[in-house]
Amino acid sequence: MVERQDDATLEALRSGDREAFASLVEDTSPQLYRTALQILANEQDAEDVLQETYIKALKALHEFEGRSSLSTWLHRIIVNEALMLLRKRKAPMLSVEEGTSFNGEEESEGMEIVDFCCLPEGELMTAESRLFMERAIQDLPDTLRTVFVLRDLEGYSIQETAESLNLSESNVKTRLLRARLRLRQELSGYYSEKVVKEKSE
Amino acid sequence: MTDHQHDYKCSNMLGNLSDYIDGELQADLCAQIEEHMKTCENCRVVVNTLRKTVELYEKCSEEKIAIPGDVKERLFARLEIQEYLKR
Repeated sequence: MVERQDDATLEALRSGDREAFASLVEDTSPQLYRTALQILANEQDAEDVLQETYIKALKALHEFEGRSSLSTWLHRIIVNEALMLLRKRKAPMLSVEEGTSFNGEEESEGMEIVDFCCLPEGELMTAESRLFMERAIQDLPDTLRTVFVLRDLEGYSIQETAESLNLSESNVKTRLLRARLRLRQELSGYYSEKVVKEKSE
Repeated sequence: MTDHQHDYKCSNMLGNLSDYIDGELQADLCAQIEEHMKTCENCRVVVNTLRKTVELYEKCSEEKIAIPGDVKERLFARLEIQEYLKR
């Protein structure tokens, strides 16, 4: 069904149907904007990259072979555009093979032990907690945030993440673990009060 | 770790946690982690909350979200499709 819809949309887009294009932008731009914002952690950059993505996509429509959905294809474009901007902004950040080893002793220093899994789903996913989670991603250093966004939010494999970021797979794994542990730490701190409250009730 | 007895196994386990929660860790190492967690409450909490953290983020990323109105307006203007803008 999705494929058939995509075929019809693709045909309309290729024939210059602006309404079909507007409809595609309407449907896909929120997720694309969020992806760009998550990678870049900067609203203006995310907006610029969003606009560039659609302009590039329009120009490259003839190259789209339909192996993935249009939405997946657009996601790939925006991820590449965002990473390119990030590289321009902080050239050495993404290519250097730093911190490939993982020191468990170091990482476990000051680790929060708060079992927030026991909280009801409603408590875990409030509007406020979603905002906190978004901010926690944005506060990660670029090197960790990009890996986390590609692997855990965009669903890239370890290999695809490594290729996109020009890193070794072992470096991707180390960064992913660090990113996850940091976010876990942030969420533990955030939810700790709620856990105490929940237990006292 | 706060209030956490540091021993070789706890810090050693940390390095394998991503693979463990992704179900990609080799069986013998999985067994070691599971054995360790039977007696180490803190590590059990770390593993469970790490898994929960990833789950919560995945869930958030699957939710439909809205694009800020001004960003959308400028996007439609730049793409010259503003007459189709749904407010």
